[in-house]
Amino acid sequence: MLKVEQLSVHYGGIHALQGIGLEVPDGAIVSLIGANGAGKSTALRSIVGLVKPSGGSISWNGERLTGLATKDIVSRGVCLVPEGRHVFPNLTVDENLTLGAYSRRDRAGIAADREKVFGFFPRLEERAKQKAGTLSGGEQQMLAVGRALMTRPKILMMDEPSLGLAPLVVKMIFGIVRAINQEGVTVLLIEQNARAALEIADHAYVLETGRITLQGSGKELLAHDGVRRAYLGEADPVA
Amino acid sequence: MTLPLLLQHLANALALGSLYALIAIGYTMVYGILRLINFAHGDVFMLGAYVAFYCVALFLLPWWASFVIAIVVTALMGVLLERVAYRPLRDSPKISVMISAIGASFLIENVAVVLFGGRPKGVAVPDILNVKLTLGAVSVMSVSLVIPICTFALLAVLLWVVGKTRTGMAMRAVSTDLDAARLQAIDVNRIISFTFGSGSLLASFGGILWSYKYPQLNPLMGVMPGLKCFIAAVIGGIGNIQGAVLGGFLLGAIELLTIAFLPTLTGYRDAFAFVLLIVVLLVKPSGLLGSRQVEKV
Ligand SMILES: Nc1ncnc2c1ncn2[C@@H]1O[C@H](COP(=O)(O)OP(=O)(O)O)[C@@H](O)[C@H]1O
Ligand SMILES: [Mg+2]
Repeated sequence: MLKVEQLSVHYGGIHALQGIGLEVPDGAIVSLIGANGAGKSTALRSIVGLVKPSGGSISWNGERLTGLATKDIVSRGVCLVPEGRHVFPNLTVDENLTLGAYSRRDRAGIAADREKVFGFFPRLEERAKQKAGTLSGGEQQMLAVGRALMTRPKILMMDEPSLGLAPLVVKMIFGIVRAINQEGVTVLLIEQNARAALEIADHAYVLETGRITLQGSGKELLAHDGVRRAYLGEADPVA
Repeated sequence: MTLPLLLQHLANALALGSLYALIAIGYTMVYGILRLINFAHGDVFMLGAYVAFYCVALFLLPWWASFVIAIVVTALMGVLLERVAYRPLRDSPKISVMISAIGASFLIENVAVVLFGGRPKGVAVPDILNVKLTLGAVSVMSVSLVIPICTFALLAVLLWVVGKTRTGMAMRAVSTDLDAARLQAIDVNRIISFTFGSGSLLASFGGILWSYKYPQLNPLMGVMPGLKCFIAAVIGGIGNIQGAVLGGFLLGAIELLTIAFLPTLTGYRDAFAFVLLIVVLLVKPSGLLGSRQVEKV
């Protein structure tokens, strides 16, 4: 279980997270929704140690993550697919996947995971020798997810995986999130695409300017008036 | 000018260019990874030559053993330099790191003056590198042929490491996207140390060969080559290894051939690099092989 308590982050004078708490039970899909600038990315970046919190604590299966280096957090199975994908554009698809498994030594396991990724995303296998920078946005997102799977995550955190993608690709990515989850990987999902994120979620949190203002099961929030007005008001592109 | 004389000049230009290339690679690798100009790199080159010198002079070791010890010791010094002068400033503004680099350079130079003495030291060139090879009317010293051979061999190894190994892959990842590299559980600090170590190893390799071709040491011997090789790296497209090598060869060729054809310009030989730099930057600001999409290692 991932547990975040009283997490506070400052960027200079900006108080981006003002003591948020959330829990992600093993095996669950938890969504964190909120408007642009609410602090969603900051929360995930703090969990993996890319941002140093100014207060609060983050623990993973009882072990404190706060203060650990990112590489040590990732090696513990806590993995982030960053906003904007951030694949390595001048490395090939194959090399990107290899780097995902950088901290692992189990050759057989790595090979099996690569097959699995190619099973999820046959497109990546076709493009294995191509530089990642030549891929389309959707393919890059597939690669970012695939690369994350190569770390063999216990919890996969995804920062706006649907951003800027065609509805069909979004649907595919969400389908794979579900499949990954069914194999026992815990998922923490951030989305502006609130409907899709709530439909898939066991539990969800609403983040507003650095504070958690609401939480409940995905179904509850989908039915919640405030959420409907603020986040589901516009027609949603996911069919 | 006669053909044999021209060939002789070309051989010397090739040797000098190779030495420049070896130093320029270190600038370009460090810049590729940290976007930092390691001003102390020329001083690392100087240290390599001195360590090899003292291994022979003080410990009476054979030249080849001194060579190996010196490149290893100097590589470690490069790693240490990053630890003490750059790593503590990793999250500081660029200008602080740059000032630290300049400070490190002055510190090394002045400590070298104190430790090694300001007076030039003569180097005993190994016999095997001191053979005069004659082919018809052309004669060159064996060291002038050994230098380019070593350079191309080292370049091949380096390109293999960067292009084919896990560590090389991680270097390329770190140089394009630091945070994304961290998210792959890459130990970024280790990759940076490795980069400084290999860059310093190449510079010391160059420094020792330099001291066999121009057998005199002084504590400031790294300053001018350092500056020129930084220019070579920029000319080639900083961040690009092949570019740095190309820049090094260009610089060596222009410097020696200009002197050969226009001996009256000899007094200006150190200025050619700057002229070439200005020309290249005017025509192609990203350098000859540089582009924004190019691999930055
Ligand atoms: N590196 C940064 N430096 C300064 N302010 C930042 C930085 N990153 C984010 N912020 C600010 O923190 C707040 C939360 O940002 P972010 O976590 O990216 O929100 P979200 O992901 O929900 O859109 C915003 O006001 C944003 O401007
Ligand atoms: Mg965000």
